[in-house]
Amino acid sequence: MEITVNGKPVECDKDDTVLDAASRAGVHIPHLCALDVAPAPHASCRVCLVEVEGEARLQTSCTMKVREGLRVRTHSPKVLRIRRNIVELLLAGHPDDCLYCARADDCELSRLAALLDVRERRYAGRVKDQPIDVSSVAIVRDPSKCILCGRCVTVCQTEQGVGAIDFAGRGFDTSVRPGGDAGLDVSDCVFCGQCVRVCPTGALGERSAVAEVSEALGKAASGRLDAVAQIAPAVPATLAAELGLGNPMAALELVTGALRQIGFSAVYDTSFAADLTVMEEAHELLGRLGGGGPLPMFTSCSPAWVRFVELHRPEFVPHLSTCKSPQQMAAALIKERAAREGRDVYSVAVMPCTAKKQEAFEVGDLDAVLTTRELLRLLKNFGVEPGNDAKLRSRPDAPFGEASGAGRLFGGSGGVMEAALRTAAHMAGAETPPRATASAPLRSGERIRTFTAPVGGRELRCAVASGLGAAKSLLDQLAAKKVDLDFVEVMSCPGGCIGGGGQPRRRRDRSGHDEMLKARRIRIHDADKKAPLHAAHENPEVARLYEEWLGAPGGGESHRLLHRGYNA
Amino acid sequence: MKTIEEIIAEFVAAPDRDRRDRDQPSPSAIIPLLQATQKERGYVPEEAIRGISRALRVPRSTVYGVATFYNQFRLTPLGEHVVEICRGTACHVKGSGKLCDHLRRKLKLQKDGNSRDGKFTLLTPACLGACSIASVVRVDGEFHGGMDVAKLDALLDQLK
Repeated sequence: MEITVNGKPVECDKDDTVLDAASRAGVHIPHLCALDVAPAPHASCRVCLVEVEGEARLQTSCTMKVREGLRVRTHSPKVLRIRRNIVELLLAGHPDDCLYCARADDCELSRLAALLDVRERRYAGRVKDQPIDVSSVAIVRDPSKCILCGRCVTVCQTEQGVGAIDFAGRGFDTSVRPGGDAGLDVSDCVFCGQCVRVCPTGALGERSAVAEVSEALGKAASGRLDAVAQIAPAVPATLAAELGLGNPMAALELVTGALRQIGFSAVYDTSFAADLTVMEEAHELLGRLGGGGPLPMFTSCSPAWVRFVELHRPEFVPHLSTCKSPQQMAAALIKERAAREGRDVYSVAVMPCTAKKQEAFEVGDLDAVLTTRELLRLLKNFGVEPGNDAKLRSRPDAPFGEASGAGRLFGGSGGVMEAALRTAAHMAGAETPPRATASAPLRSGERIRTFTAPVGGRELRCAVASGLGAAKSLLDQLAAKKVDLDFVEVMSCPGGCIGGGGQPRRRRDRSGHDEMLKARRIRIHDADKKAPLHAAHENPEVARLYEEWLGAPGGGESHRLLHRGYNA
Repeated sequence: MKTIEEIIAEFVAAPDRDRRDRDQPSPSAIIPLLQATQKERGYVPEEAIRGISRALRVPRSTVYGVATFYNQFRLTPLGEHVVEICRGTACHVKGSGKLCDHLRRKLKLQKDGNSRDGKFTLLTPACLGACSIASVVRVDGEFHGGMDVAKLDALLDQLK
């Protein structure tokens, strides 16, 4: 089918909206509420209005389906005048304290106003004086900065299936609220942060730890404190993609070097702890398969998923693996080791995730969690930007710095499963771990993948869910006994940690997010391919840790340090 | 007083209820259930929002969104005495806005219209339908016409 956009022919599919078709043809129609994840946008922001030949009124291009011979004008004088007016009205009720806003340098509303050349305040509207919700350790809500575009509501309800927030009130008093007057901390929110990722303004953000980490680094500089950091595998994969580096290991070394440069005495690789998680989890899985616990076993690395089960589907809590997440395993080991050596450390985790802040708050052993966005801000504060100085590169520190390819896979959907299967097969007696035989479903971008994998002479029935919405429908199928499974991996964010709520936001357009995920996913898989060690049990540092310290997987000491209980 | 679970069970068991709705009532039951709750309790307590959310498998935030969208639902209990000041056009012209301001100041009413001691609640219906005797105030269900600030004060003094 063909339509005409600004006089030029544009090929399109029959299910396209005008916005889709224009976007693919390289015509950027500004928009705020439309999201690539939503089947039907709210069409609440009105910014994407276009002129359509034969229609008296402007049409929202995000909801208008294409039809043969359609002729649209996306930037006519009339469209521009009205679009600017709409943005002026959005700004009329928006606070003016942009200088102090966390989104000052990447606010979509501010970019839009600049794009449309809004240069004076023609309407002086009333600003909402709703209090800032600082009840959660992970996410801060400032309703006065909300423009009611509804992206967060769409993501939370439609994509994640959580529904923690929705519009409440009416007219001027309308706001996005968590199902009551109380804060996010006591709501149904699981802190996955997808809302934060899509918010165009400063209305939703992570609870920043940049200031407190900076302060700690000040103390570290004067020798009063010992600051250490760990870096999650999704972070270097993401930075590699942002910096255009092919190999995420280079990005890991750049970040490691940068963190040392600003005062961390040691920088560890959370992938090392991921290897440890694999050992414990594979051991637990085999135990459960042998009759020691309910099946299917659910992975427990994704804290928003854990919280989702605890809050929304507590009947499934016994299915959660008791393994702590890699962040918490690393954190426990770092603190324990320091205690044994009679030292005190300030322990920071760098994560692609907002829920990791909540997890650290609940499980302990960490002093601060920084999201990828905060990491970049912190480094910028200190005048260090990874990527501009090859001399800064440095390898993560021993003894928690060596990781196998399996551990590096934890950053993307399917990775925990793939890593665990390699080691489980080995523990169950397979001779050599099959290298580079990842089945297609393990690594595909589909939201739910089911397949079987050979472990210990039987075909294990496995499922991978990417995103909480997918996980929820999988739980429904399990509850209805429509599927029978042994092992289930869930990552709360679509695409896995690389699509986490703490990740750098897309810069511009709706086509951006999926492509960003793909670029990061490729690098995760690349890190595995290039890793000298294939599976967690081949990691000599892991073996040494068990030998010198923990005993055996599932043993007393590893149970004390590496496993946890749940609320139900 | 019926519990939320009883209110929901009663709704589901109503004789004219669709058979599918008996197994799993659809989200369209949000409004009738909120109404039934309000009729029973005089307001919609938080546990009702949770209960309805669970029963209909609809997020709590959505039930709360509906309850806060419509004026007919209150999320806080009514005071001992309910004062309704008509905000229809005729009453507005006859100064009902002043009556509201006066009462808010005098009784130090909170955002939900309740006085702190729980004695009074101010409601402002769009029109009580008695425009010929504007300005109209309904106190505990009883109509009073031709109201002004002095008359309203006198009326409330009798209640104290």
